[in-house]
Amino acid sequence: MFGYYLDLAFRGLRRNRMLTALMVLAIALGIGASMTTLTVLHVLSGDPLPGRSASIYYPQVDPQDISKYVPGAEPPEQVAWIDGMNLLNAKRATRQALMTGGMVPLQPTQSSIDPFRAMALFTTKDFFPMFGLPFKYGNAWGDAEDAGKAHIVVISSDLNDKLFGGKNSVGGTLRLQGADFRIIGVLGDWHPNPHFYDPYMGNYASDEDIFVPLTTSRATHMGHEGSVDCWGNGNGGPEDLERSQCVWLQFWVQLDDAASVSEYQAFLVHYSEEQHALGRFTRAPNVRLRSMMQWLAFQKVVPSDARLQTWLALGFLVVCLINTVGLMLAKFMRRANELGVRRALGASRRALFAQLLIEAGTIGFAGGALGLLLSLFGLWCVRQQPAEYAPLAHMDTPMLLATFALAIGASLVAGVLPAWRACHIPPALQLKAN
Amino acid sequence: MQIKPILAAMRRHKAGTILIGFQIALTLAIVCNALFIIHERIARVSRPSGVNESNLFVITSDWADNSSNDNIDAQIKADLTALHQLGSVQDATSLNSFPLHGTGWDNFIRMTPDQIHMTTDASVFLADEHTLGTLGVKLIAGRNFTPDEVQSLTIQDMKGWPAIIVSKDLAKVLFPNGDALGKQIYASNNNTPSTIVGITDTLQSHMMDSDDNAFAYNAVLVPMREVGTGYVHYLIRARPGQLEAAMRDVPKALIAQNRMRIFDPDDGEMTFAQVRAKAYERDYGMAILMGIVSAVLLAITAAGIVGLTSFWVGQRRRQIGIRRALGATRNDILSYFMTENMLIGVAGVVVGTLLAIGINLWMVTHYDVARLSGTYLLVGAVVLLLLGQGAVLAPALRASRVPPVEATRSV
Repeated sequence: MFGYYLDLAFRGLRRNRMLTALMVLAIALGIGASMTTLTVLHVLSGDPLPGRSASIYYPQVDPQDISKYVPGAEPPEQVAWIDGMNLLNAKRATRQALMTGGMVPLQPTQSSIDPFRAMALFTTKDFFPMFGLPFKYGNAWGDAEDAGKAHIVVISSDLNDKLFGGKNSVGGTLRLQGADFRIIGVLGDWHPNPHFYDPYMGNYASDEDIFVPLTTSRATHMGHEGSVDCWGNGNGGPEDLERSQCVWLQFWVQLDDAASVSEYQAFLVHYSEEQHALGRFTRAPNVRLRSMMQWLAFQKVVPSDARLQTWLALGFLVVCLINTVGLMLAKFMRRANELGVRRALGASRRALFAQLLIEAGTIGFAGGALGLLLSLFGLWCVRQQPAEYAPLAHMDTPMLLATFALAIGASLVAGVLPAWRACHIPPALQLKAN
Repeated sequence: MQIKPILAAMRRHKAGTILIGFQIALTLAIVCNALFIIHERIARVSRPSGVNESNLFVITSDWADNSSNDNIDAQIKADLTALHQLGSVQDATSLNSFPLHGTGWDNFIRMTPDQIHMTTDASVFLADEHTLGTLGVKLIAGRNFTPDEVQSLTIQDMKGWPAIIVSKDLAKVLFPNGDALGKQIYASNNNTPSTIVGITDTLQSHMMDSDDNAFAYNAVLVPMREVGTGYVHYLIRARPGQLEAAMRDVPKALIAQNRMRIFDPDDGEMTFAQVRAKAYERDYGMAILMGIVSAVLLAITAAGIVGLTSFWVGQRRRQIGIRRALGATRNDILSYFMTENMLIGVAGVVVGTLLAIGINLWMVTHYDVARLSGTYLLVGAVVLLLLGQGAVLAPALRASRVPPVEATRSV
């Protein structure tokens, strides 16, 4: 029966090609626009560390002075050097890492490559196991290197390809900021999006090429980049950051269960009270402990333009669907004669309804296929855009399936009213009129 | 034209009428808001920077070795001397950031040292005596910096800024009475006052976020050369017509000064036109997208009206024939369909206006969008009504050509 209905559907569609083309085009445009923007949103609001993100937390404490105190205000979004080091050395979480980004001048030993500035992350040893970075060659550093300000570096696979042709470069030397650094590890493929751990160096598609111990970066005057927020006499000068009243570091911890989360929360309050007693903190304990996804939502990482565009596209889809409902209604009602004859010959309403819905579904499938092409084109257009997230705009399997589900679902929804109305035409009236 | 029979006929095809009306309403709501967003973005990109942008370019020099602040300072001075000697260069200055750059340093401005909330926020441009001349920004009051005033310091060595120049808009925010010159404000990081020695004409800040719109024209110029950051921006004004030559000469001259520097291949050297394009590229993208969506939406709505009206005309051929046989002129038939469309259109436009206002209010609370102005609603409503009339014209003309003899045919 399905095959017969499909055949009828094709005959029906062929009967008025202009109208069919218009319906398919309307659905395709609506689907194309919606899926383009939804895919972008899907990519942008994704989980950067699937399976791991639930146990990663971002603690905040409030070391600012009392003078500009407003009760209930958010603590600073980063930590000061002293607090970062204290929290790091307290080791109250399963793992913890302190970090900031920077740009480091890199002089390749090969004369064929000009010196360039490499994006760097200055961090501590737990960064690698906590975020699950894969190593192609070598491995991460340990406590000794952090403490000893060792001249060692972990490099990305991209940089390894660029400088060493992808060969195992562990043990080799890299000249950074006029000093020699020994390569101890080469990362595998690792491109978390959003770039959650250091939003100040770009939220998307910005991966570091070199990883250097934080202590070493300070000792060798590597340029730190990112946001520096100061209070009191803090002046944000690059040389003075360890002592000054400024926040400029990101601190992440791994907490594996609910009990350790509440324990850590209590520890942060306790730490604030202790610092208050010491006279460093002047405000009442003001702490936050957000999970990674909560932190990303709080930071409003997804650009508002992308969300606005998604709403626009969905509105567009609704108009296209209403348009299709109207056209389908016209098309089905025009066939009142034929439907009347079929009813008179014994076809049940249910059978007619099913047949008309199959016809609607066929339009949806054609619209979906064309819409898919349009959204692939749309994503290509997005990739030509200058936005930092542009290179990420690719369709994945779930979004591909969602496209077809949306197209067929939408055209079935659009087909219900016209089909319902058409199969409720009294057959006698139609036959008599003729 | 009798409206009653039209309304009576509409009752016979409620679903189609409601669908067209609703489609017009939604289209109006979306198009109005889209056009309004386009308008906002265009207003944003066409605001003046205050900088004389032609013949101006930026070159960013990253130091391959910045271990010694003294060396860097000496290098910047030597670079500037070399740049001033180039034949194609009219003026040159070193800056930490520049208008439209997007990143830079902004400081909270206070009127008293113990003020808790800032009065306003402003860009801090670490400038020298050549900065105003290079940017092509005029002083409207006071004086420029003198060469001796320009200190070379890392940020932590700063002991306050005794003399500053502020932009006109910042002066107006701080001193609405227009007596800013010679007054003291608290702009530096430590609690020492700064005296306003000069006021520039319009000068845009580096801040490009829409959150910072209120501070977009607030700039403080401080006589300083900043070292210890790893890079320096040189803004260079080429002699008229010699921009290309200057952009070729300058990197060569700088390399000749010292090879231990890096020019980023992407944005190491940019004309100010490129700086502007980069600063507003997202706004252009959004405006173009909104424009395309609006155009396609209007086209789809028009096509929908044509489709549905054609169906109605086909359905009513017999009735039209009867009316014609009973004496209705072609014009009567034409105006019947036009009026029918107008009635649906007006209803749709009324609902659409309410929807547009609703959507706008929602966007105002969730996104950086201003209140929709009435003009857009009016223009949108007129456009949609005209669009409807235009779309219905072809099927209505076809209807008017139905011959009276149709009344006698049975099918």
